[in-house]
Amino acid sequence: MVVAALLTTIAGGCLLAARRLLRAQWPSRGPHVAVVAWQALGLAWGISTIGALLAFGLAPYGQGVLHGLTALAQDAAANGLRLDVLSEGRFAATQVAALVAAVGLTLVLLWGLAISFIQVVRTRRRHRALLELVAHDHPELPGTRVLDHPAAAAYCLPGVLNPQIVISAGALEVLDRRELAAVLAHEHAHLRQRHDLVLLPFSSLKRAFPRIRFMERCYNAVALLIEMCADDHARRHHSPRELATALVRFGTAGGTTVPAGAMAVIPNEQQPEVLARVSRLLNPVELSRRASATVLTGSASLMAATLTLWHLPL
Amino acid sequence: MKTRLGDLERAVMDVLWEQTEPMTVREVGRALADRDLAHTTVMTVLDRLAKKGVVRRTRDGRAWRYRPAASRETFISEMMLDALGQTGDRDAALAAFVRSMSGPEAEVLRRLLAENHGETGRSRM
Repeated sequence: MVVAALLTTIAGGCLLAARRLLRAQWPSRGPHVAVVAWQALGLAWGISTIGALLAFGLAPYGQGVLHGLTALAQDAAANGLRLDVLSEGRFAATQVAALVAAVGLTLVLLWGLAISFIQVVRTRRRHRALLELVAHDHPELPGTRVLDHPAAAAYCLPGVLNPQIVISAGALEVLDRRELAAVLAHEHAHLRQRHDLVLLPFSSLKRAFPRIRFMERCYNAVALLIEMCADDHARRHHSPRELATALVRFGTAGGTTVPAGAMAVIPNEQQPEVLARVSRLLNPVELSRRASATVLTGSASLMAATLTLWHLPL
Repeated sequence: MKTRLGDLERAVMDVLWEQTEPMTVREVGRALADRDLAHTTVMTVLDRLAKKGVVRRTRDGRAWRYRPAASRETFISEMMLDALGQTGDRDAALAAFVRSMSGPEAEVLRRLLAENHGETGRSRM
């Protein structure tokens, strides 16, 4: 029961920490460190919540989570569904409910992950097929595909075998050479560091709990941090001002052909994100070494504590 | 081999997009006469394209007739919407430099796509 209580505390603590992290200012100063913190919080939350339910449900065996699961398996193997502990009346209804909830939560999380993964693979496959048919190679930039569309867009299509960077004709029109190079460096960073895989667990959490706004806010926060990571990478070899200019150009490109009255049909909620990226590029402040170390140590301790509690036979 | 097939698919789509009427395998082959393709090769390519959902086929007597599932512009619009996160699933994992553009622009794109879909829908009936 001690383990169940401690794991519950950790799960609640993760949620509180995530709430604070959403409002905090420091993540934009150290996006890489912040992404690690988010990953640790997400993972620890899932493991501790499932662990707490299991620890409570398996209390009759008195062996903690992991050993309790082994005991349950042995019990089931020996007695079938008429478990030993069940016949002795040591299983309360609430404990059975906790076990069912633990299994349910595990399935929901895995389901969300599987669905997200399948969706991503499908979207990318179709997109890749269409790209083959309608895009053409950039004459000067090998490996960059061009889409003939007047709106400004640049994006990457991650993949193990055939990662690709795509840029629209509209983007080529509004960017000068150096800005274009900065944008491509940003996209290369996404591909090389597999940012899509970093984001996948968070998009699956969002999918698993579609009604909970909080999950979506977490997802959006991580998505923005990942963009900032790629910005930082591009900044190493290109001037931050060029990257910022490119961002602004993308935001304002192609608005001249819009018919009157179409304005503000979709509220542009991304604007603050673009602003945040531009302002940190123009006034870069880095997270101090000490702060980074604190966050990283905290994340590691959180994971270690959660996993240790799973193993404790209490 | 793969690039050759991709190249062929592209050429076949270009032929289909140029024509207003659905074409048979033979007609497509004739339009690509300079490539000197075997009948079965053209058929394989059209079959692959149909499986990918980019061409549609209809029975015409004993032959199949093929036409593009949508115009080139519609496909490009669809890809732009994907990339800019304006489609249903925002997390389609095409990391865009800027995830969404200004509302009006997206609206124009969206309308273009809807109009094109309407046309293909009607001509199918």
